[in-house]
Amino acid sequence: MDLSGVLEIASCTDAGMVRSHNEDSIASDQERGLVVLADGMGGYNAGEVASGMATTVLVTEIQQSLRQKQPFDIDEQSGLPFAQTLLREQIAKANTSIYQAAQSQPQYAGMGTTLVVALFYDNRLTVAHIGDSRLYRLRGDDFRQITKDHSLLQEQIDSGMITQQQARLSQNKNLVTRALGIDPVVEAEIHDYETLPDDVYLLCSDGLCDMVSDEDIGMTLQTLSANLRLCAQQLVQMANDNGGRDNISVILVRVRKGYSAPRGPLSRLFGWFK
Amino acid sequence: MAKLILSMDGLVLKEITLTKERTTIGRKPHNDIQIDNLAVSGEHAVIVTILQDSFLEDLGSTNGTVVNGQPIKKHFLQNNDIIELGKYKLKYVNEAPAAQAKAADFEKTMVLRPGAMKPVPGPSQAASASVPSAAAPESGGAKSFGDTLVGGGSAPGASQKPSPAQSAAALQLLSGPNAGKELELTKPLTTLGKPGVQVAVITRRPQGYFITHVEGASFPVVNGKALDAQAHSLSDHDVIELAGVKMEFFLKA
Repeated sequence: MDLSGVLEIASCTDAGMVRSHNEDSIASDQERGLVVLADGMGGYNAGEVASGMATTVLVTEIQQSLRQKQPFDIDEQSGLPFAQTLLREQIAKANTSIYQAAQSQPQYAGMGTTLVVALFYDNRLTVAHIGDSRLYRLRGDDFRQITKDHSLLQEQIDSGMITQQQARLSQNKNLVTRALGIDPVVEAEIHDYETLPDDVYLLCSDGLCDMVSDEDIGMTLQTLSANLRLCAQQLVQMANDNGGRDNISVILVRVRKGYSAPRGPLSRLFGWFK
Repeated sequence: MAKLILSMDGLVLKEITLTKERTTIGRKPHNDIQIDNLAVSGEHAVIVTILQDSFLEDLGSTNGTVVNGQPIKKHFLQNNDIIELGKYKLKYVNEAPAAQAKAADFEKTMVLRPGAMKPVPGPSQAASASVPSAAAPESGGAKSFGDTLVGGGSAPGASQKPSPAQSAAALQLLSGPNAGKELELTKPLTTLGKPGVQVAVITRRPQGYFITHVEGASFPVVNGKALDAQAHSLSDHDVIELAGVKMEFFLKA
């Protein structure tokens, strides 16, 4: 199913004010409703290699698989929609590729990347993430973080050791507990959410949310959702105005209207003529 | 690495670097920081240090622990906090990495291998749980860290308010039903116009104020000249025309 008429996607990525190169990587396929954002880590240019591999592997492999199967098809064994299985398998594949490259090439040793992937289909989205790259959602006035970071700080918040407010003051912000390509096997956190028309989704690297408060991000989305491209640029600019200490990447996705999947032979036939 | 400066009556007695995961403070000699004063309990307080962060906890002391004038049970220590125990003062010094060296060198994101590190102690078990003590990234190749250094760091940024433009500014409407009305530009973003018809946004940045076209077929006009899609820097007394309404931008003294 072609989602080009349903989703509006805008993105922006920037090295920031301090770093000399951009280790973030972003990719999207509007037709298939796929957006991927990765924040690479590792010496020299290894971070770029890791994040670049993650986005490339995921986009090409997912495109390939979606030619054979629909994301909403229910997997007989697990009872889950294919989208979940697909993301899990392809993330495992990307992990293996990065891990093996890191093992075989000394200059890439220890490289890894965080990841957030969203696949839109049938009035919903499946999101998978690893590390501290995030997905936020704006629905009406409600702006909230959907993914929960895999980071030391988040664990401390969860265990009640520190509060959200205190977390902002912490100096342990840069410790992720999960990353793609570091270990032979990694588990991505995968969830499904319903989408509504006019929802705006934001995928971002920590270069945005460490520099700009959630309130300001939410306000910017609300004010500028009429012009997603400008909104994406504005978010990057705000992070840079606040110091731009890290690479900043954002992908914005707006759901224009409902997009329930055509099911059954008749409606599929109908779908072709639409 | 964070440290404590022990002083009494303004006289510095000792400097203690927080290298251990648990640094105990009390009157009895087995404490890491022994303060031989009757106002201090045998086991008075403990500082739990996890990498760059330190937490102070009162261990049910008789006279209590005071930080920056406030009695505390548990406290997340911040740079320059003053801990008071009777007549003694402990100053907590933990400068942000950026202040010590080039930011980029310090802000490497690191991966904590799952399972390699023990779970973060909750508030109740904080006293007994063991977390590998803070270690520099270089020496972290041991058990507690991945030997991986990774880019994409972070900064203590979100807590910092964006530095506002030098001066406050406002718009005064010159035409339309609300002519004469003034609109203060206090928010980082202020939108103008009619949604669906023509909208522009004024952004407040450290460099000043900028107007940008958001939506609609026609672009805003500044001093008689139509803008393009780029942001346009506003100067004092610029006249903006938008959705048929004229307004003047001015800086407030």
